[in-house]
Amino acid sequence: MNVFKPFRLAVLATAIAVGAMLPAKADEQFFPLQSYRVGPYAAGGTGFFGGFIDYLNLINIRDGGVNGVKLTWDEGETQYEVERGVEVYERLKNHPGVAAWNPLSVGIAYAMIDRITKDKVPLITINHGRTDSTDGRVFPYVFPLLLNPYSETSGIVNYIATREGGPDKLKGKKIVVLYHGSPYGKETIPIYKLLADKYGFDLEQIEVPHPGNEQQSQWLSIRRAKADYVVLRGWGVMNPVALKTAQKVGFPVDHIIGNVWSNSEEDVIPAGDAAKGYVAITTQASGAEYPVLQEVIKTVYGAGKGNLDDKKRIGSVYHNLGIVNGILNVEAIRIAQAKFGHRTLTGDEVRWGFEHLQLDPARVEALGAKDLFHSINVTWDNHEGDGRVTFQQWDGAKWKVVSDWIAPDWAFLRPIIEKSSAAYAAEHNIKIRTSDDTPVSQ
Amino acid sequence: MFDYQFFIEVLVGGLLSGVMYSLVAIGFVLIYKTSGVLNFAQGAMLLFAALTFVSLVERGVPFPLALLATLAVMVLLGITIERVILRPLVNQPPITLFMATLGLSYVIEGAAQLLWGAQVHGLDLGINDTPFNVAGVFISQFDLFAAAVAGAMVALFALFFRYTRTGLAFRAVADDQFAALAVGLRLPRVWAAVWTAAGIVAVVAGLLWGARLGVQFSLSLVVLKALPVLVLGGFDSIAGAIVGGLLIGAIEKLAEVYVGPFFGGGIEAWAAYVVALGFLLVRPSGLFGQKLVERA
Amino acid sequence: MSTPSLSINANWLTRSRVGVAVLLVIAYGVIPFTGSEYLLDAILTPFLALALAAVGLNVLTGYAGQVSLGSAAFLAVGAYAAYNFNLRIPELPFLVSLVLAGIVAAAVGLVFGLPSLRLRGFYLAVSTLAAQFFVQWALTKFGWFSNDNPSGVIDAPTLTIGGVQISGAARRYVFSVTIVLIATFLTVRLLAAQSGRNFIAVRDHEIAAKVIGVPLLRTKLLAFGVSSFLIGVAGVLWAFAYLRTVEPAGFNLDRSFQILFIIIIGGLASIRGSFLGAAFIVVFPLLLSRVGAALLGNVFDSGVLEMSQRIVIGGLIVGLLIAEPRGLIALVDRLSARILPKLRRPAPQPISPQNYHSQKGVI
Repeated sequence: MNVFKPFRLAVLATAIAVGAMLPAKADEQFFPLQSYRVGPYAAGGTGFFGGFIDYLNLINIRDGGVNGVKLTWDEGETQYEVERGVEVYERLKNHPGVAAWNPLSVGIAYAMIDRITKDKVPLITINHGRTDSTDGRVFPYVFPLLLNPYSETSGIVNYIATREGGPDKLKGKKIVVLYHGSPYGKETIPIYKLLADKYGFDLEQIEVPHPGNEQQSQWLSIRRAKADYVVLRGWGVMNPVALKTAQKVGFPVDHIIGNVWSNSEEDVIPAGDAAKGYVAITTQASGAEYPVLQEVIKTVYGAGKGNLDDKKRIGSVYHNLGIVNGILNVEAIRIAQAKFGHRTLTGDEVRWGFEHLQLDPARVEALGAKDLFHSINVTWDNHEGDGRVTFQQWDGAKWKVVSDWIAPDWAFLRPIIEKSSAAYAAEHNIKIRTSDDTPVSQ
Repeated sequence: MFDYQFFIEVLVGGLLSGVMYSLVAIGFVLIYKTSGVLNFAQGAMLLFAALTFVSLVERGVPFPLALLATLAVMVLLGITIERVILRPLVNQPPITLFMATLGLSYVIEGAAQLLWGAQVHGLDLGINDTPFNVAGVFISQFDLFAAAVAGAMVALFALFFRYTRTGLAFRAVADDQFAALAVGLRLPRVWAAVWTAAGIVAVVAGLLWGARLGVQFSLSLVVLKALPVLVLGGFDSIAGAIVGGLLIGAIEKLAEVYVGPFFGGGIEAWAAYVVALGFLLVRPSGLFGQKLVERA
Repeated sequence: MSTPSLSINANWLTRSRVGVAVLLVIAYGVIPFTGSEYLLDAILTPFLALALAAVGLNVLTGYAGQVSLGSAAFLAVGAYAAYNFNLRIPELPFLVSLVLAGIVAAAVGLVFGLPSLRLRGFYLAVSTLAAQFFVQWALTKFGWFSNDNPSGVIDAPTLTIGGVQISGAARRYVFSVTIVLIATFLTVRLLAAQSGRNFIAVRDHEIAAKVIGVPLLRTKLLAFGVSSFLIGVAGVLWAFAYLRTVEPAGFNLDRSFQILFIIIIGGLASIRGSFLGAAFIVVFPLLLSRVGAALLGNVFDSGVLEMSQRIVIGGLIVGLLIAEPRGLIALVDRLSARILPKLRRPAPQPISPQNYHSQKGVI
């Protein structure tokens, strides 16, 4: 350690002190954002965080906040790296009025679970995250809203069943899962095996080493195995390369079913023609025709506060995911405010709000999101909320919905989830809640 | 019963993939041959070229004009790099230069995305990639096109080296720098020309790889595939880059299909490197390389 | 790299007793009590882990001249090894697991260091990349390493040392400081001894070294072993004291480059330089984003920021290699020599047969 270290420390301390001196304004609810706008996953990040911020802006501009409580936020770039996510967390966690954390990254979410549980602020991992955090009895502060990886798997299998004419027709069919060589990719390996046993289809799971620039051998093997369907569990560049390579080896693209992280415009556009006919799962339909999107365009972009640089991306899959995430976060706050008062809420109070986040299709319609997403029903022990999925097909220019809202097989998955969460609880000495009894600290 | 058809398919696919690797490796060879620098920034140059081209095209610039503009930009980049970075470091050991190119790659990657943005772009070169069916073996149209382009480029370079003054100057400098100096060749000029040539190679490789993968950040990672190719083929031989590329492409794919299952798959990431490592221990200068490897 | 030769460094902060005492007082007495959680958790702890990794890489690349591009692989080996020792042999005290993890990393380092006996320069660098990719693949592929967690991510449990729970930012910081100080001290002793001089001899002129009787095989392997041990221990700190969750993707090529950049920026063959470089790499992005946000406001979105950072770091590497190959620490020393003339150190002398046995190590 050298002579200049104390100086540097002093400068830093001053900077932090100044930053932290932001007065705790009354009636503000803060959303810290561990965003990623550059790096290999920038497309997803700019879309998602753009949509989230757009919705927060909509609430502020159109409604004056949630019952008068303005929504604020601050972004810290993580480039999708875990330790940057942690650094942003440490930096922003003492900001007054933190409502919830919304990282959109499996790695960062994992790193935060201990921290947010200690700091008593909810962690929202929409469509991703630890599957067993669905069990709110063990993870009171973690919410994998709408869809956890297991539900997604079940949803895809159910969709394939509808394509084939019923679950009994799955027997004997060959399904290949092409997964990204990372923890995210491997998360669903056991559940595919279980579903294969249950429905009797032939399963093969093939890994694509990160980042997935080369998939020749994998697709040749797929063709050789005469797969009926390929489930693409990709991320980033792996997706367009998969579609292009499939075309190269002559595998029909409409038999490739993409998962929740292979379902966006950014995944298919670089593949050009090879992506026409590709089908992917989604929890939120894409398109800008939904009332809430129209309002965002009119109110937020009209006032020049739109977050997306490229207006053509309004209504894209990631943008809409951000909007839906915004709706869920804001409604949770609204529900919590109904109980605790129209003021800045603590992390625990927001958590209570999330645990009572029940939006039926009628309420969804009232929010202007009919057909954008289906419904959600979060309870104290089910933090996923039984989100439904639909499937979209890419026609070269946009996504078109090609199925009804399908329900994953929650009853089948719940015991597996509980087994995993029980193991986690045992390893970490966590008392399993028996009722909605986690005290809300003031 | 050994499935010969499948084997041929994997092999052919691997060879054609390998040609793509060679394209990148050729850029390395050009620079290494004439100045002894292993240019880690070649991948970043590829990304920069592809991004520039695609962004111009998306803004409505017609294809040929965009191509020329991109070539011009890369030429400028090459000259700048030689003047600003290489000349001051001219007497340093090769490893210093290598680390300087590492830093350079960061600068170029950052600049490319700062200028053109970080989104993903599709790059359409107008080739429909429906595969040819040759006796039951599927061969990709695009890969054949890429192989043809690579072949043409190598042929052009061969002519260039033989029949033009600059080409002769390259060969002279590559052979013996001091003798070249003695004969009156201006080394900095030659090096600027070399980096320019590498820039042109980067454009070609960038366009082809960009069409294959989509133009985005991880494009610069193809450089990691080129290194084993160079080890196999020799750092200073273009023929070696081609042969090395073919070998690595084939070995990689065959290994993934036939050896991979014993390990649970996914060995492509390191198969090439392990092969390269083995090669280094047995024949350090590669199949066609000439320079003596520093050995204990 | 231009060969930074041995120099006797009379830097008062690290050599004199008063200097060391001041350091220890600040490190142990002031910072844990006055430092904010953010400072401790997000700045100092990663700084310490990276600094130790940089010291390790410096032993190999700066002092012994063997270039390695795969250092992140050894971070990973250390982290996962410590996790597994801790998990599967619970009776082992954690400190023993820590040392064992370092030894495992050293063993892996020896294996991947064997090519150095036949290769030099960037041929060796290419072969270290094999280590990088292979280790990353192995840790993701074989569930055993991550206790069959389906996602391959490990949650580091809370450390307990001698019955005391190491939880909370301050305690983890103190733990890291202690480990790093002990490890650095031992490394400095090693470098000041014959082995250190052997390293430098091998780096500067291998054939001459062989001629005067330096045992090449043992020296190179020792360099690889020591370096990997230190980096492995740094990996344990990274996983247990800092992130407390690890996935193989965090130990990728970018991380290897980051450590290499630290030692280039800080100064090759300089222990103080490793610390300086690590401090720079940790603090610079944060400072840049603060300054950028203050100066340019919303124009400076995080994307712009990231890319500017990349450019600056890359530019700094190139600039340092051109202008000051001995890194920032040399700049710092020059500055402090001007400001504090009585601490001017004697001019560095290159190794020669006359002074080979009398030159002391460099801090």
